[in-house]
Amino acid sequence: MASIKQNAESQPLPDFRNAGVMLRILLGVNLLALLAALVRNDGLVACLQDYGAMAAWLQPLLLFNLAVLALLGNRLQGLAVWSARALVVLLAATSAVLLSLLWSLLTFDEWGWQGLVRAGLLAGTAAACMLSYLALRVSALSPALIEARLQSLTARIRPHFLFNSLTAVISLIRLDPRRAETALEELAELFRALLRDPRQLVPIGDELALCRQYLDLEKLRLGERLQVEWSIGDPPADILVPPLLLQPLLENAVYHGIEPAANGGTIRVGLLLRGNELHIDLANPSVPHAEHARGNHMALDNIRERLALYYDLEARLDTGEVRLADGSREYRVHIVLPGGGSR
Amino acid sequence: MNLVSASPAPPIAVLIVDDEAPARARLRDLLADLAAELPNEVVAEAENGVGALEMIAALKVDVALVDIRMPRMDGIEFAHHLSQVAQPPAVIFVTAYDTYAVQAFELSAVDYLLKPVRSARLLAALRKLPQRQPLSTAQLARLPQAARSHLSCHERGRLLLIPVAGIIYLKADLKYVTVRTREREFLVDESLTHLEQEFGDQFIRLHRSVLVARDAIVGFAHSAADDAETQWQALLRDVAERLPVSRRQWPLVKSLVRRSVG
Repeated sequence: MASIKQNAESQPLPDFRNAGVMLRILLGVNLLALLAALVRNDGLVACLQDYGAMAAWLQPLLLFNLAVLALLGNRLQGLAVWSARALVVLLAATSAVLLSLLWSLLTFDEWGWQGLVRAGLLAGTAAACMLSYLALRVSALSPALIEARLQSLTARIRPHFLFNSLTAVISLIRLDPRRAETALEELAELFRALLRDPRQLVPIGDELALCRQYLDLEKLRLGERLQVEWSIGDPPADILVPPLLLQPLLENAVYHGIEPAANGGTIRVGLLLRGNELHIDLANPSVPHAEHARGNHMALDNIRERLALYYDLEARLDTGEVRLADGSREYRVHIVLPGGGSR
Repeated sequence: MNLVSASPAPPIAVLIVDDEAPARARLRDLLADLAAELPNEVVAEAENGVGALEMIAALKVDVALVDIRMPRMDGIEFAHHLSQVAQPPAVIFVTAYDTYAVQAFELSAVDYLLKPVRSARLLAALRKLPQRQPLSTAQLARLPQAARSHLSCHERGRLLLIPVAGIIYLKADLKYVTVRTREREFLVDESLTHLEQEFGDQFIRLHRSVLVARDAIVGFAHSAADDAETQWQALLRDVAERLPVSRRQWPLVKSLVRRSVG
């Protein structure tokens, strides 16, 4: 099963097919060029012009290199680390020399052999810089650190929910012992999920089952005040998602959207597989001037950070408030996961 | 020493206030279990502070067991309004988990119970009741309080609740503040400055003595009288009165209203 554990351990070289890595390389090298322009020129205008000239030469080179690296992909990962790195540097240097040659042929500029060597050296150095930066970044996000971070981000459930649910279960023991048994089993499942290895991705079917159990417990406390509308269509139940991705969002929705409203409301959950992306939508009524409507965004920040650890820049989480036709307001969360949710 | 003490004391009249039915059921069970040891009777239940205040006006209640987090009116706001009632019942807060509130309860020696409530703790709290005074202003001031959902005032010995969401404007008159809703006016014993601090995100100041609900402003018109102090008047939803906007507040009022409309 794919997991962040394997990704982190088998990744001495950056994954050149990851959008985040590509973006970092593009920005990083351009930053280096801007720095070089700053060093070379006195005036700011001259400096910008110089950078502009360099950028025109730089972008095709960068895009070409990134394309080659992305195509090489797994083959590069198979090599020993040092030879793979040497290969990347060599690729950058050679392509720079070739591009300079082509450029000089097209523009009839005389670059001379010294100019060619200089272009190669510069490109090679820039590639080496980017490689070491990305390596540093990987070690800064070492598996141990990621694990600790994920652990602390995942293992959170509102104590408020726990103690209220326990009260509800205790009250049921005399009234409806069977329902109390089910509720305790559901609570146990929820805690098993909380204690699970947070690095391991889980099938979306499991996460949805967990959400249903959670909502069942909330229903015990809130009764008719809590209504849920599912529109999850028929996504393959084996798509992998980070564990406890949806449950904390539902908990948020109940806490901010249902509990403060005297008459309750409806939470809507939508799931859609569009192309290679998994879209998750969540909506809850937003309660005006409620004492805790201005509550913290901890759960959201938390999930955003976890998505960044799992998927770097390839996953998105957007939130917003929408005014509905009947004048009421609705709070919406939209998540997009790459690769059909799995990796 | 007298004859009355020989007959059993009347049972403690308890009011249970919680928005979650299972939590109310649990307290009812616990109180029934304790009845042999300490006679008590659940005289009413309410789902929130508003309902609880109605019950207290209608019935004789010795003690209210009050949840903190409830829709419409939370437990702490309930306690604030309760301090205006002639003979308020004792209040015991019941909370699942609220670190701030619990700290405040400890500091100001307010009685509280943690959910799930234990029978022994409940008994101990009820036994202490005869020595309890109603919550003092100092105690109430220490409790964590968000903006209230209602203002309250007295009229002919009755406590009236005014939902803040229904207020159109607040006007300072000598000692009192006049509260204007769509239907009528109320007099409340508060200061406009405090009200502005508490409800700053819902009301704006039009001039020295008037706060108006932001969503109640429907437009502005030039005042007919060529007064030096005021030039503009605010037009309000649902009421015919126009409120003058002071020259000093005009730029601020205009920008705030424009932002909320746009």
